[in-house]
Amino acid sequence: MNIRVKFRKFGNLRFIGHLDTMRYFQKALRRAGLDVCYSEGFTPHMIMSFAQPLGVGLESDGEYMDIRVNSTPSSREAVRLLNEYGAEGMEVLSWRELPEGSKNAMSIVAAADYEVCFREGCETPAGWETRFATFLQRPEILVQKETKKKAVQEIDIRPWVYACELRGDLIFLTVSTGSVGNLKPELLLQAFAAQEKWELPLFALEIRRKELYADLGAEGVRKLIPLEKLGEEIG
Amino acid sequence: MSVEKPARYIGGEVNAVMKDKERVDIRFAMCFPDVYEIGMSHLGIQILYDMFNRRDDIWCERVYSPWNDLDQVMRERKIPLFALESQDPVKDFDFLGITIQYEMCYTNILQILDLSGIPLTAAERTDEHPFVIGGGPCTYNPEPLAEFFDLFYIGDGETVYFDLMDRYLEWKMSGAPREDFLRAAAQLPGIYVPSLYEVSYHEDGTIAAMEPRCPEAPRKVRKELVLDVTDTYYPEKPVVPFIQITQDRVVLEIQRGCIRGCRFCQAGMLYRPTREREIGMLKRTAHAMLKNTGYDEISLSSLSTSDYTHLGELVNFLIEEFGTRGIRISLPSLRIDAFSLDVMGRIQDIKKSSLTFAPEAGTQRMRDVINKGLTEEDILSGAGQAFDGGWSRVKLYFMLGLPGETEEDVKGIAHLAQKIAERYYDVPKEKRNGKCQITVSTSFFVPKPFTPFQWARMCTKEEFLDRAYVVNHEMKEQKNQKSIRYHWHEADVTVLEGVLARGDRRVGAVIRRAYEKGALFDSWTENFRNEIWEEAFEHCGVDPDFYTVRERAIDELFPWDFIDIGVTRSFLEREWKRAQEGVVTENCRIKCSGCGAASYGGGVCHEH
Repeated sequence: MNIRVKFRKFGNLRFIGHLDTMRYFQKALRRAGLDVCYSEGFTPHMIMSFAQPLGVGLESDGEYMDIRVNSTPSSREAVRLLNEYGAEGMEVLSWRELPEGSKNAMSIVAAADYEVCFREGCETPAGWETRFATFLQRPEILVQKETKKKAVQEIDIRPWVYACELRGDLIFLTVSTGSVGNLKPELLLQAFAAQEKWELPLFALEIRRKELYADLGAEGVRKLIPLEKLGEEIG
Repeated sequence: MSVEKPARYIGGEVNAVMKDKERVDIRFAMCFPDVYEIGMSHLGIQILYDMFNRRDDIWCERVYSPWNDLDQVMRERKIPLFALESQDPVKDFDFLGITIQYEMCYTNILQILDLSGIPLTAAERTDEHPFVIGGGPCTYNPEPLAEFFDLFYIGDGETVYFDLMDRYLEWKMSGAPREDFLRAAAQLPGIYVPSLYEVSYHEDGTIAAMEPRCPEAPRKVRKELVLDVTDTYYPEKPVVPFIQITQDRVVLEIQRGCIRGCRFCQAGMLYRPTREREIGMLKRTAHAMLKNTGYDEISLSSLSTSDYTHLGELVNFLIEEFGTRGIRISLPSLRIDAFSLDVMGRIQDIKKSSLTFAPEAGTQRMRDVINKGLTEEDILSGAGQAFDGGWSRVKLYFMLGLPGETEEDVKGIAHLAQKIAERYYDVPKEKRNGKCQITVSTSFFVPKPFTPFQWARMCTKEEFLDRAYVVNHEMKEQKNQKSIRYHWHEADVTVLEGVLARGDRRVGAVIRRAYEKGALFDSWTENFRNEIWEEAFEHCGVDPDFYTVRERAIDELFPWDFIDIGVTRSFLEREWKRAQEGVVTENCRIKCSGCGAASYGGGVCHEH
């Protein structure tokens, strides 16, 4: 059966890259004695996939991986075990069974929530909040984006911003994520900074991913559902 | 400014030991002076980390070399070097222990001291500074590093460290001057306090005498040895790194020492007598370590795995117990024979794996000189069985520049590779797995202290390279040259290693000068800058040739002669003569050669 695991990644563990996070969970699952399925062959691997890699240096409250298991304890017990055998900074939040035939998180992830703020000590121009709100009103936001073949392409990222709200100093964003259109929050903020003729220093932004969603909508109407909601608690 | 792989510096790994610093009496920073991925792969530190942390009054933490990028940031922003667990400055610890595993890390030791804000020389340190203690194989000639260390621990760490800590606590309570602790420490077996000795030299530069400066300092420092390697410390919960390290697996040390007596091999002499761990302990430990780490691979570790008495039983146990649970088993340093081929066929994909032979020399004559008990027949029959079993890739390791090496010996390397290739093409075509790939690597021989070759003249850089070119040229003459690839090692770095390995106290100034001029991570080819070292030798008026290409008299007093490793100088001298005569010496299990290690009263010397 297939299990969807949701976890937080915070503190110093934000420096652990995607592949290392995967290896971390392979070991944590073995330490916890959970009955994960392996591939065949001389070098068997756990059957495991992640929804969406998280950049090094980012924290997240909503990361996901899917694994296949032969058997499972209750959701509560599995979460307890993984946290007991885990490291601080990698906290498992849920362990849910996916219905037979579900698509994996990687293939259905469609949107993400982010919380962005300017790191302490980073100077922000007075009144940037209002100008940022105006900036988002624009029908299109063109940015230079490097393609996989290292060519530079101009693209409009405005359609990928699904929601944006300012709460005090915090910017809350819901943006398109996944294989169709993937918007990293820093790209939007860089576009704003460029318009402001304001040089954004390296590491100026503190970005935290809050949630990942699948889109269950139809005919151009989005219906974003957190990935964990597609699984069932195991009693 | 960005730092590559910040995860090297964050600590917080699974099984890292956290304690309340207010509730411990001794804070011990244990350092491997190389980058995290290398340092974390080292078993010795894992053993000592576990051992120290079993005591409630000691908190042992880890320190590794900051890579060049962080090094620069720390200097610019004046950030002191910190230990991984507490992230507290190393300067505030009671001890800084540094394991010294290879000569090319010596400048990194100075980096650690410098970034910590600890004076580079022991003489400049005060009550505000930690005691800097060195351990590991290079302490068997600690003299080039003598001025940088307060003390050295020579031998297995499992035995007297706790006694040393107790003496430290007594001293700390007493409020006596710093030197009082050093004098107390010097009375413990295995502890060497360099500042308590005076070295004098002859006019020709060789050592005249090494005299203790006080009654507490013994004339001879005897290597410490843990006789019972079963009922001792072994980490059942090693730290699990977040990032991939060089040895990213559970490491099970099955024995310490080697029975073989290869004359070039320092480890083979230093760790005598050979001591095996009981198989029951190994099985239990393997279980516990895999469970506690979650690793998917376990590797056996020893100088010569095939010589472990119960290897068959142990390997069968590992395969049956873990092989079916997605856990890989790796067995380095196995002799290639029917048994090992059978085992390897069960644990790896034959098509993807390669076989490794270390003949070390190209002709039987030369192999007899170095006492490498591997014959051409062993190699060809091992390779033949492997080829019949489906293998097609072979790696061969040799040394160049061995004492008494002739052109024929050098060319013999190419001839042996050719014979192996021919053996492959004897396999009927339909049974062969494509072409064979033979990879030949040569390193350059460095004479090391406490080996029969400690008297040997080392080659110059030009001589080394000439020999590599001869091998390379001869390879091209071979019929199956297309199946053979040849690599050779850098020569500059080898010459420097030779100076540091057999250096004396006068070499310390060169190390310091090279460090101050920017030498760091010298073991990393991309970082090694020979011109810095050349300038440092010049500047300090030290002639590197004195340590490398000079012929040494049989009665010369060596810088390391104050250390007693059990193996006697007269045995080494006997072996040096036998080498020159090309006479082999049997291994410890076949016949005792009276090396002196029996004085420890255990291990293979007292097996019945």
